[in-house]
Amino acid sequence: MSAFQIVFLLIALLTLFSALMVVFARKTIHSAFWLILALFGVAATFATLAASFFVVIQVAVYIGAIAILIIFTVMLTRRSMEESGDQLLPGWGWAALVVLIVFGGLVFMLLQWQGIFQPPQVLTAGGENLENLGMALVMPDRYVIPFEVASVLLVAAMIGAIYVAGDHKKRS
Amino acid sequence: MLTAWLYVGIFLVVAVLLPAVAIALAGILAPKKSNPIKTSVYECGIEVVGPARVQIKAQYYIYAMVFLVFDVEMVLLFPWAVAFKQLPLFAVFEGILFLLILLGGLFYAWRKGALEWF
Repeated sequence: MSAFQIVFLLIALLTLFSALMVVFARKTIHSAFWLILALFGVAATFATLAASFFVVIQVAVYIGAIAILIIFTVMLTRRSMEESGDQLLPGWGWAALVVLIVFGGLVFMLLQWQGIFQPPQVLTAGGENLENLGMALVMPDRYVIPFEVASVLLVAAMIGAIYVAGDHKKRS
Repeated sequence: MLTAWLYVGIFLVVAVLLPAVAIALAGILAPKKSNPIKTSVYECGIEVVGPARVQIKAQYYIYAMVFLVFDVEMVLLFPWAVAFKQLPLFAVFEGILFLLILLGGLFYAWRKGALEWF
């Protein structure tokens, strides 16, 4: 086993363990902190694949913005959220069954693929070409419509959030 | 490429170990004598006022949400900025249009007072 594989296994274990702790932690705020560690593990996995842009996105967007948003939400609702009580929902057996079926299906699908037993292809210096991605996003014959629609979607999300969270009594 | 990340990994391990060792050493060496003043909550050295578990303002949520939107915008604009030198003028305006649409969202937030701390 090479050093690279050991590093990968450590990262995978860290990610899976923190993902489990997100579910099993008693306090919601602890779950949020474990979630940050799990997202960080995914970022490290991207790093082992030499996908730098995805590492930056993972850290900046998922850890920097979404995890903070979740922590703010926990802090907002902490008073009304019950932290005691049973952690198992009544229908957990069915959920476990569905999870097992989906997991088995994914493993089966991945085993069909030839590349599963081969080491990941190492990208050359220009392999992860951000310039190509940038060109593709704005060229008229490529993805310019999804690019602009993404902007509209972001504006819609922002307006919706401000409308929902805004103080309606004050202005009416 | 991977060796560059190796340095980041080493840096991270050292960054975690430094405070961990300092805290663990303090925990081992420090005498464990407790008194009420020692166990009281530390709040910048002045006496604590009110409970710690207060309801935070919904304003924080709006701030985080607006920040999230502009963070995602950064993800889409970053490749555009990297390819900026090779882009034709038309494609540059595509990016500017992208920014202008989001600017409309910012103006909405501004008008609705989401940027004010009331």
